Amino acid sequence: MSASARRRGLWLLLIPMLLWIGLLFVLPHLKLFYLSFISRRGGEFTLANYLYFFQNPLYRKIFVRTAVFSTLVTLLTLFISFPIAFIITKVAGKSLKAMLLLAVILPYWVSELIQAFTWMVIFRESGVLSYLLQRLGIVNQPIEFLYHDTTIAIGLIYTSLLFMTIPIMNSLETLDDSLIEAAYDLGGNFWSTLREVIIPHAGPGIMVGSIMTFMLNLGNYVTVTLLGGKNSLWFTEIIYNQFIIRFNQNKGSAFSVILLTFSVVFVWIVLKITKQDLSEAM
Amino acid sequence: MFRREGFSLSKSLFYFYAVLVLIFTLGPLVIVTILAFNNNPSASFPWQGFTLDWFKASTPDRVGLFDDARMMHAIVVSLKVAVVVTIISVALGVNNAFLFVRHNFAGKNALYLIMLGPLVVPGVVLGTSILAFSFGIANGLDKIFGAGTGTFLRPGFWLVVFGQVSFVATTTTLILTARLKRFDPALEEAALDLGASRAEAIREITLKFLAPAMIGAGIIAFLFSFENFNTTYFLSGSDPTVPILLYSRLRFGITPEINAVSVLLMVVTGALGFLSSVFQKEDAV
Repeated sequence: MSASARRRGLWLLLIPMLLWIGLLFVLPHLKLFYLSFISRRGGEFTLANYLYFFQNPLYRKIFVRTAVFSTLVTLLTLFISFPIAFIITKVAGKSLKAMLLLAVILPYWVSELIQAFTWMVIFRESGVLSYLLQRLGIVNQPIEFLYHDTTIAIGLIYTSLLFMTIPIMNSLETLDDSLIEAAYDLGGNFWSTLREVIIPHAGPGIMVGSIMTFMLNLGNYVTVTLLGGKNSLWFTEIIYNQFIIRFNQNKGSAFSVILLTFSVVFVWIVLKITKQDLSEAM
Repeated sequence: MFRREGFSLSKSLFYFYAVLVLIFTLGPLVIVTILAFNNNPSASFPWQGFTLDWFKASTPDRVGLFDDARMMHAIVVSLKVAVVVTIISVALGVNNAFLFVRHNFAGKNALYLIMLGPLVVPGVVLGTSILAFSFGIANGLDKIFGAGTGTFLRPGFWLVVFGQVSFVATTTTLILTARLKRFDPALEEAALDLGASRAEAIREITLKFLAPAMIGAGIIAFLFSFENFNTTYFLSGSDPTVPILLYSRLRFGITPEINAVSVLLMVVTGALGFLSSVFQKEDAV
């Protein structure tokens, strides 16, 4: 193929790509960034949209709550997922392995909205859990399990279980079983082997899974609003309120930029502290 | 594989844990499925007998999902959106795969990293950014070409399609790039040597090789589109997709019909998910 034909071919492929990523990703985010520094009326440069956020104690509280809650749920998901990944890769026979894999993947195929809905069916006042406890005689009146932090946490863990389990599985798969055997031969017990051999090897998978889970929690909307109701106090909710209910694009943009900046910086800091290289881990 | 004493004790613990995991992940889905056939209008237990009313009924106090005009309309809207998003995203995926695998150009790595962005950015931020951007363009179009010309960029069908393509196309690109990397260019050269034109060689040899991955990526794109909430929520207008309609109804309470809708979605998306894993397995060979 001649050089000019190759060039033409390159541009033919480059144009659709640039149109897509430019019009649907890069420019919208630049616009968001721009709007966040512009006053709603008048349209001149201002920091007021950001000051409005940082001077409002409720918004600050929601921000900290979302960040801390997301982190705690990510850790919980890690503790639940690690044994699952370990069982699937190192312990289970063929049929249990297939069943566990299906159990982790099936909720993911069902949309997040349906996932949250199933927990509403279980936890609401006239729901399945409340009915069960009454039938067993443990309580004598209906109990509302919705709108608690625990309920939100269960819903969040449910939605991100797969995103934590699969990367850990991938990293455990490359761990040679004989290394675990060797650790036992050298006098190690289950816990020391786990600490000295298994977890260090799974490090990159744990990192990828934790980052994905954390981002999913931070950006969640459906699960937290359905299971938390008015008590959810989640950051994405105040973005929605500014954009859709108050129709204030400038404040909404500033809030979106804050969420985006925070998630990128947080992930970067975690990578630095744990000395992990994301591109290596991926 | 491990025959240590300590391990056999932990092994039974592991099995116990596996059972707990199965209950946690599958239990809720099983419960909703049972309730969808329960003849109890409170959408809860106790069991009051088997019924199909929540799927098909139109009496004053019972409307099944197939007789619920708004629900059926939302299903149609969701299907239309998903089909258009799938076609655009797979086409873009093939395009981008050829770009990244067959060409070298300045800034290629940077472009690849930017392309991963839509998967990393929270869906809510993606939705708001596209809403804010298109709002400005729609106003500009209305001003320059007359009122109404920018309407397709206001919340509604096309804006939902654009918003979903923004992140779905990243996924299809990743799947198709991985597949094209494993293609041996010598096959295409051979076709050229045998007298095929370049277009014929690509169509008959390379695209045929990509076909299973295109179907697999298409199913994933369809699933992602059909299930999306976060981005769609900001971009849909008066014609909601199924997740948006369900969400607005759930805020007013749970009806048995929603159990039935869930079962329908579980069956359809479960089947699609299963299909996609079949195609990915073929792809791996």
